[in-house]
Amino acid sequence: MMPFTYERALDASSAAKAAAQPGTKYIAGGTNLLDLMKLEIEKPAHLVDITRLPLRQIEATGDGVRIGSQVPNSDLAAHPLIRERYPVLAKALLAGASGQLRNKASTGGNLLQRTRCYYFYDAEKPCNKREPGSGCAALQGFNRIHAILGASDSCIAVHPSDMAVALTALDASIETLLPDGSKRTLPIGDLYRLPGDTPHIETTLKPGELITAVVLPAPPAGNQTYRKVRDRASYAFALVSVAAIVRVDAGRVRDARIAMGGVAHKPWRAVEAEKTLRGKPASMASFAAAAQAALRSAKGHGGNDFKIPLAQRVLTRTLADVAGIEGAA
Amino acid sequence: MVNRSPLSPAINPVEENRGGLIGKPMNRVDGPLKVTGRAKYSYEYRGLKDTAYGFIVGAGIGKGRISGIDTSRAEAAPRVLAVLTYQNAPKQAPPHPRENGANRFDRSEPFLFSPDVRYYGEPVALVIAETYEAARHAAGLVEVRYVKDAQAKFDLAASQSQAYKPKGVNAGMKTDTAEGDFDGAFAAAPVKIDVTYHLPHEHNMPMEPHATQAVWDGDQLTLYSGQQIAATAHSSIAKTLQIPPERVRVVTPFIGGGFGSKVPLHAQAVLAALGAKVVRRPVKVAQTRPQMFANTNHRPECLQRMRLGATKDGVLTAIAHDVWSQTTPFDEFIEQTAAFSRVMYAAPNRAHRHWGVILDLPSSDIMRAPGEEPGSVAQECAMDELAVALDMDPIELRIKNEPKDDPETHLPFSSRSLVECYREGARRFGWSTRPKRPATLRDGRWLVGYGVASAMFPTYMRPSAAAVRVNADGTAVVKMDMTDIGTGSYTVLTQVAAESLGLAPEKVTVELGDSKLPKSSGSGGSFGAASAGSATLLACEHVRAQIAQLATKDRRSPLAGADAATIALRDGHVVAGDKSEPLSAVLSRLAPAGVEGKGEHQGAQQPAKYSSHVFGAQFAEVGVDIDSGEIRVRRMLGVFGSGRILNPKTARSQLIGGMIMGIGAGLTEESIVDPRDGSFVNHDLAEYHVPVNADVPQIDAICLEEQEPYANPLGIKGLGEVGIVGVAAALANAVYNATGIRVRKFPITLDKVLGGLPDTGST
Repeated sequence: MMPFTYERALDASSAAKAAAQPGTKYIAGGTNLLDLMKLEIEKPAHLVDITRLPLRQIEATGDGVRIGSQVPNSDLAAHPLIRERYPVLAKALLAGASGQLRNKASTGGNLLQRTRCYYFYDAEKPCNKREPGSGCAALQGFNRIHAILGASDSCIAVHPSDMAVALTALDASIETLLPDGSKRTLPIGDLYRLPGDTPHIETTLKPGELITAVVLPAPPAGNQTYRKVRDRASYAFALVSVAAIVRVDAGRVRDARIAMGGVAHKPWRAVEAEKTLRGKPASMASFAAAAQAALRSAKGHGGNDFKIPLAQRVLTRTLADVAGIEGAA
Repeated sequence: MVNRSPLSPAINPVEENRGGLIGKPMNRVDGPLKVTGRAKYSYEYRGLKDTAYGFIVGAGIGKGRISGIDTSRAEAAPRVLAVLTYQNAPKQAPPHPRENGANRFDRSEPFLFSPDVRYYGEPVALVIAETYEAARHAAGLVEVRYVKDAQAKFDLAASQSQAYKPKGVNAGMKTDTAEGDFDGAFAAAPVKIDVTYHLPHEHNMPMEPHATQAVWDGDQLTLYSGQQIAATAHSSIAKTLQIPPERVRVVTPFIGGGFGSKVPLHAQAVLAALGAKVVRRPVKVAQTRPQMFANTNHRPECLQRMRLGATKDGVLTAIAHDVWSQTTPFDEFIEQTAAFSRVMYAAPNRAHRHWGVILDLPSSDIMRAPGEEPGSVAQECAMDELAVALDMDPIELRIKNEPKDDPETHLPFSSRSLVECYREGARRFGWSTRPKRPATLRDGRWLVGYGVASAMFPTYMRPSAAAVRVNADGTAVVKMDMTDIGTGSYTVLTQVAAESLGLAPEKVTVELGDSKLPKSSGSGGSFGAASAGSATLLACEHVRAQIAQLATKDRRSPLAGADAATIALRDGHVVAGDKSEPLSAVLSRLAPAGVEGKGEHQGAQQPAKYSSHVFGAQFAEVGVDIDSGEIRVRRMLGVFGSGRILNPKTARSQLIGGMIMGIGAGLTEESIVDPRDGSFVNHDLAEYHVPVNADVPQIDAICLEEQEPYANPLGIKGLGEVGIVGVAAALANAVYNATGIRVRKFPITLDKVLGGLPDTGST
């Protein structure tokens, strides 16, 4: 671990000013950052602790909900507003990490956690995300857990969050505070970037920009669910996950919002699948067609080839489940 | 008991069990210390002034040579005391020879002795600083340049054709054994199975990382180090440092798991000793979890070809078990994987053979049930495949091939309850309700299947000594260098001593884990309770004999004149027939300083007259998600015949612990080698998947009543390892029963069944 200095932020605006200095990072739960610092993958010279900022409220905003960025994952998952209106989010949160980690991890920190690519974590190996220009060890290496959508020749890492997948399906927005005191709101889809040739730049946040809240619009009509497929029953990152919200009316799909985890550098909104599904009969054939559309541009890298049929199968089944369609024809 | 071991004492209080402590489900005597944090593990010793911290720098190449090291930046970093490399490390003994001597774990284990790099992650430097953080940071500042060896080999299957025949395999077993004419019988067999199973590298990964604190006091070295066998760690470090053994002490009273990986002396122990010598301060070194993948034990990847020939009614006529497993150029370890099939089933024509495949990886080494665990996968999956080919119940197939004596040595079994285990297990598990045809039982979106497999582990004994003192106040202390790696040694030895001395368990203190105490087996090979327990029993018998002499020769005692041979210790009294006197009264009067006895058990009888093993039957029910292929265990039951049970609570913990580890072997655990550089890719517990609580379903282990007259004076068989054996096979067989898909490459992860599952939309 590199030596670093530490301050506890007293208010959000001074936090953002402090964090605008080069080499500075925010720390909240620290469940990912501290591991990375021990490995000297993250080497902040200065940490601004934001855990005491008054950003721990979960409040109804008309039909929606505003979630302070310092709300711990376990509190968020247990909150009545979330459980009633956004079960997909509660389910996704509880599918992630372990009880101890969820107690510590914050909402904002969960959004910004970094990939679990083995090679990113191993400082001896080339990794464009860790050391731009050094190459990607995963491309020709062991890439069982890696991306099948939206990847590049620079990076095939995936985003590890479950929560962010649900938020993506829910059309969440992120509220931030900038060092100059201004605020902005951006759709979650605009928060993350695809790797391209700059996989080390993972979000569109500006230096010092502080996530203060996640805002959920009114829950979309329809059923919600989150399905996570993993190598063991707990404490394993998703091989593939699906957040789905589907509204069926008179036997037809009126609306569908679908996001996938474990497949891309960011939570992956399956726009093609949604388009394919809208207005179609709520049938296995429609769901299978939507799943096929979702994976049309998918590309495997050897070790993760199985994720393409896996994602297709799991998406098909999850859509059927959330639409209340029995599998047996 | 009709027969008894000649090494057993004339009076055997354990056998008599008048106090009822043998077989009592006593809580762990060290439990309160552990749950209150007062049990000290090796990294936790405090109060040693000026303790410094070492951090290991591992090689960043798989094989080659260091061409240059620059330690100047690290040395200049704040609080750094020293940086050791091969250029300045204190002199050590040369490395042990590649082939094993009499004891694989009693040998020199030098580090930082050469610029050669033998495997990825091998220590190339040790940074010592005043704080752990400073050492860790400075470790990143050590710059090492390498020349890679382009000929390095890391891939087992690619090097299989260059396999060689070792002189012997682990545990002193023969490389190859054969009987009859396998080739002829197999060719003639009406029903044949010829399949190859591929098992991955696995890592032991105990909760407590490998950690050592080294303290030099003049030329006396004390190592606080989690070691399963104090005596070999002790002599191994003395050999490595080339110092007389009497100048070394190894202290290891509490160990946070080992599974075999704390039997050898590993890098952190040697480097702590070297570092402490150089900086003249105590030095602690702990391996990080990723470092443990390179510098502790792993079970080697192996390929196993299994051939079974049988008659149409299921009588085995031919068995061949051929195994290729990973070893290294610098340390030969050949897992005794084909030894499992030597003991299990009758067949007149057989061959059980091993080959080594030399790869430039860390040395493979023992991991819970070395040999038996991987060997059971091939034998027991192949039996299931044969049962399918014969359209026969897999349990009935096994019972049909139950041998009359040990198929290998033709010695009689001292005890073998495999058939009873299957019968009892089948009844309890509801085996009759299993789907007779694969892929026919559904529970919602789950395909459900049942599987069984046999478990076996040899009953080993190692020479052990114990010292017992009974004080005049009626308390007793047992001392030996035995260890408790979470198994319950403290507890069962307390039971044996208390029963033997006729004392309440609260009156007995057991002191373990210190090389200055009488030398014992230590923990490994499931021999601990039997070996150390027998020594304890014999020591108590010496104490009893002395007390008997004192009491019967003292005119003031009501026991005066009684036959000393009939004197028993019971309920805190010295007893002969209907006469008795309180033990404390006898001792206060006649031996106010207490009475001491030493017991030694010589280990197994040689040559063996009996073949002695634990046998068991593993039952598993799995669900396979029809859409995702996710495999989840639904139920498991293990039934074992393991002689007398000293403590049903600790026995059950050992067995279900083994079974849970078997879930890892079957479904989740795999250390993946990057074929480009020989590193273990998934080297942390986020990506090396051991089963977690949510993976462990309803699980139970039971032990049948069984008489074991020969193995040892306690009549017990070790349970530390047998629980893992057969589990992976039972799970694989259950996956087949659930899906009709036979996976022969382990672990069985969802990607290996996905392609065989029905279309998700149409089901």
